[in-house]
Parts: sequence; C-alpha cells; structure tokens
Amino acid sequence: MTQMPPLNDLYREIVMDHYRTPRNRGELPTPPARRADGHNPLCGDEISVFVLVEGDLITDVKLTGHGCSISQASSSMMSAAIKGRRVEEARELVARFKDLMTAESSEPSEDALRELGEIAALSGVSKFPVRIKCATLAWNTLTQALDDAETSEPQQG
Amino acid sequence: MSYDVRLLRTDFPLLRRVVNGYPITYLDSGATSLTPRTVLEAMDVYYSRHHANVHRGVYQTAAEATAAYEDARAAVARFIGAAHADEVVFTKNATESFNLLARAWGAANLRPGDVVVVTEMEHHANLVPWFQLRDSHGIELRFLRVGDDYRLDLSNLDELLDGATLLSVTAMSNVLGTINPVVHLAERAHAAGALLAVDGAQSVAHLPTDVQSLGADFLAFSAHKMLGPTGIGVLWAKQEHWDRTPPFLGGGGMIADVTLDGFTPADGPARYEAGTPPIAEAVGLGAAVRYLESITMESVAAHELDLTTYALERLTSSFDGRVRIVGPRETTERGGVISLDVEGVHPHDVSQVLDQYGVCVRPGHHCAKPLMRRFDLAATARVSFGPYSTRPEVDTLVDALGQALEMFS
Ligand SMILES: Cc1ncc(COP(=O)(O)O)c(C=O)c1O
Repeated sequence: MTQMPPLNDLYREIVMDHYRTPRNRGELPTPPARRADGHNPLCGDEISVFVLVEGDLITDVKLTGHGCSISQASSSMMSAAIKGRRVEEARELVARFKDLMTAESSEPSEDALRELGEIAALSGVSKFPVRIKCATLAWNTLTQALDDAETSEPQQG
Repeated sequence: MSYDVRLLRTDFPLLRRVVNGYPITYLDSGATSLTPRTVLEAMDVYYSRHHANVHRGVYQTAAEATAAYEDARAAVARFIGAAHADEVVFTKNATESFNLLARAWGAANLRPGDVVVVTEMEHHANLVPWFQLRDSHGIELRFLRVGDDYRLDLSNLDELLDGATLLSVTAMSNVLGTINPVVHLAERAHAAGALLAVDGAQSVAHLPTDVQSLGADFLAFSAHKMLGPTGIGVLWAKQEHWDRTPPFLGGGGMIADVTLDGFTPADGPARYEAGTPPIAEAVGLGAAVRYLESITMESVAAHELDLTTYALERLTSSFDGRVRIVGPRETTERGGVISLDVEGVHPHDVSQVLDQYGVCVRPGHHCAKPLMRRFDLAATARVSFGPYSTRPEVDTLVDALGQALEMFS
C-alpha cells in the first residue's frame, strides 16, 4: 500500500509564508505591461500575470487571482524570482521549475537547487501528483505573457 | 428490522481500507458510492457462469445473460415505481441519460423558440446538453434562480413556465444538499402544459423514489451513486414520451431491420440501446437495487437525516463560525450533502489535510459552475454521506477539520 508523504513536505514554512503574505499582488497598466490569464479547471484556481518587459528585462511583475495555497505560494515565489531578470533567464527558470515538478524520484541537482533558491521549497509538490497543476499554473501563465510580449509589436507610449 | 449501520458496514469491503495509517473515512458518496459485496458477487457470478452477449444467442448461457439483463431492468422499474419495465432505458450514466433526452426526445419534439426551463443549481449534465440543443435547434432556455436561502426561488415559476415545453430540475442539489419540491414543480409544470424531467442522480440512493407520486415525465440517474457499478445509468420516461422519441445512437441491437435502403428501428428500450450494452453492470445495478430494497429506502433516508442533523450541528458548533455551511442549515428538505467554506483554507488544502487522516471529501466546483458563481465561490469542500456513514465518521471529520484550521491559521 502506498503511503502519502507527510504533509509538511508539501506545506513547508516558506511555502506557507508566501501563501499568507503573497508578494507582488496587484495589476500593472496594459499596455505597456502584458497580461496573461490562466486557470485550473480542476479546482477553480485562477490567476492573472502582468509583466512589464523593457528591452530584454522584466522590470515589473504583478499578480491577481485566487486559488489554493500551493498555486498562490508558487505564483508569489515566481514573481519574486523573475522580477529584474532577463526574459531568457526567466524562461530558463520556468524550465527548471517544471523539471522540479516532474522529477518524481530523482533529486534535483545542486545547480538546479541553487538556481531555484527558495522556490526549491516547492519540490515536495512533485510527490502529490494532483497538486502539480496547482504549482505550475503561474509558470505556464508567465510563459504565455512572455510569449505575448515577444511576439507583439512594440507598444506606443 | 432496525437499521444496524455497524453490521451494514461489513457488507462494504472498501470500508476495511486503511489510508495513511487511518481507517478510511469515506465522505464522498455524492461523487460515487461504495459497492456492497452482493453487487460484486452478482457481477462475478454473471462473468463466471452466464457471460454471453444478450438478445442474440439461442444457447443456454445467452438466454441466461438476456434474462439477467432484463431482470435488472425489471428491478429498476420496481425500485422507481415505473408502470412497466420497458420504460427503463439503460445508458452509460446520468450524463448520457440527459444527452439522450435532449438529443433524441428534445431534437424531435422541440422547435426553434420552444422553451426549456432549468435551474441555476443544476449539475452540468442537466445544463450543457440543453445549451447544445439551443445552439443546434434554436430552443430558448430559461432559468429558475436560487435564493439566498439556498433553495429555488419559485416566485416567478409560473412566469418562467408560461409557454414552456419542459422543466428539467434536480431532485437534490449535489452541492447544497437542497431537496427540491418535485411534486409541486410537476404540478406547476403540468398546469402550464410543460413536462417535468428530474435529475435523480443524487436523490435515488438517498430517498424513496416513486415516479408516479412525483408526477415526473422523465428521470435520469447513475448506478454508481446508488451502490451499483460504474458504466451504467438509467433514463426512465413514461411510455407516451418514448413513443415520440426516435433512436439516439445507431448500430446493432437498436434495429428491427436493415437493408441497403436504410433501417427500421427496434421497438422498446432496445431502440435506445445500440451496441452491446453494459450487461455485467446491469446485473450489478439490479443487485444494488435489491440491496437497497432489503435495507429499505425509508431507513436509509431516516439514517442519513439523523446523520446530517448531527453533522450540521457539530460543524456549526465546533469552529467559532470559521467553517461556513454553503447550503440550508435546517434539516427539512435537505439531504446528506454538505458543502463547506473553511475560513482561510482553500478547499483543495482542506481535502489535502483531511486525506492525511484518511478522510475523503471532494474539493472543487462539483460540475455546477453557475451555482458556484451565484454564491461567489470558486470551490467548496464537499462532504456527502451514504447508507454506511456514521456519527463517529462525522467526529473524525470534525477533528481533521480542526487540524486543517490549525495548520493554516
Ligand atoms: C445532480 C447530478 N446530476 C448528474 C450527475 C452526473 O452523473 P454521472 O457523472 O454519473 O453521469 C451528477 C454526478 O456527479 C450529479 O450529482
């Protein structure tokens, strides 16, 4: 019989902190910012990601929406991690995060953990398969916003 | 015979499961019910001794399989008080029953502009097929709203029914637990010249059902929510309505004749049962019906009422108002489905923490998004009882909810 891993693997201290005190809540004016909406039909999590891209830098990020602790914490951590980063770096981080979620058995490498920083606290989610979608929602929505920002015409001030 | 829930629980093998180190506390019967051993055995006997395709063979086991399949139809007819077994058509589930109703009966009997009235508390199964029919056939949909008391607002019922052809309504809400006044709705619908379709998915396993005294014209439900197997459901209709309903799916089994010019459909329920039907599942459903008859639906209803009363009281008195009941607080006209809104804890997290204690409840919108919007909720954590649920299980639930509140406070 399979035994669920303990809950504190999922609800780590940093995760709960981001859930209780989410970072970067709010909206950015669009344009110049880009907005993407994501939702998880399974549990009704909804999120809107606003990114302001100037040159190849993400100069600001804001989030609105609602959802479970994992989706809220994940989005908050994501916003803190990508603000001030280059678009390319943010995309790499998205890829790293998705690896972390699908890693199942193999422990993430030292490199990956260093790069992910506190986001690595979400690694426990991979042991709760039904919650992975909650954790990845914000990241998929971010990718959408970045794609949109890259393919769109430069905005008129 | 008194209702001995402890003895009854020994009939359900799954209740012996241990989950995360705790005996399972299964509180998700609204999603699907547990299966008694008699149902498993009936299907086992069917596969071990009688398995053959129905309605085709002349050999012994084929005749036995056909008899078993038709016997299940007769059992279901008796269980719901149908006038004749042939009024019972087997489908895949309640959802398919509504699709059969909308696409076969509806498409043939409703013209552009004809009105179907549904309610804001319907499961998507009783909404989407009507939206589809609106898109394909131009029918008009009207909606009975839900009041702040979590009950249907009947103040404009006659207005909505004016000129309507069908009222389609759930007997019991799968989110709120509200039991709707089906008899009254049937009277009002008929007075307005409309028919009444009833979604019995939540009600048939929890309340005695008699289609005659309900005054229903159609009744849809699923076996898996009434102690039966998955994969089979029922659409019952009065014969006069079947007489005006063309076939639904086409293929073998549903024809009287096929030539290169076309086909003549079969008569009777076979007309709507194309292809090899869920035979073992029908046998299982028949056994489930007999099981429910043996413990009696009156006793089941009384037991669940007692349990719901106890649960509402414990849930409202234990958490200083931090656990809100999304549904009627009074126990009259209310079934054993209790949706919870837990302060500061998302339903997904509630279910996750409860799972740690072996407690199974369902988070989500429960396939009733218009209803969730009505109450400005994205999701609830839903507790739902079955004939085997107990007060100690409610106590376990309350303790586990306390843990969830503590973790997230
Ligand atoms: C009220 C109601 N109607 C219809 C359904 C659909 O049942 P099924 O999924 O078995 O088709 C359900 C089950 O979730 C229900 O609760």
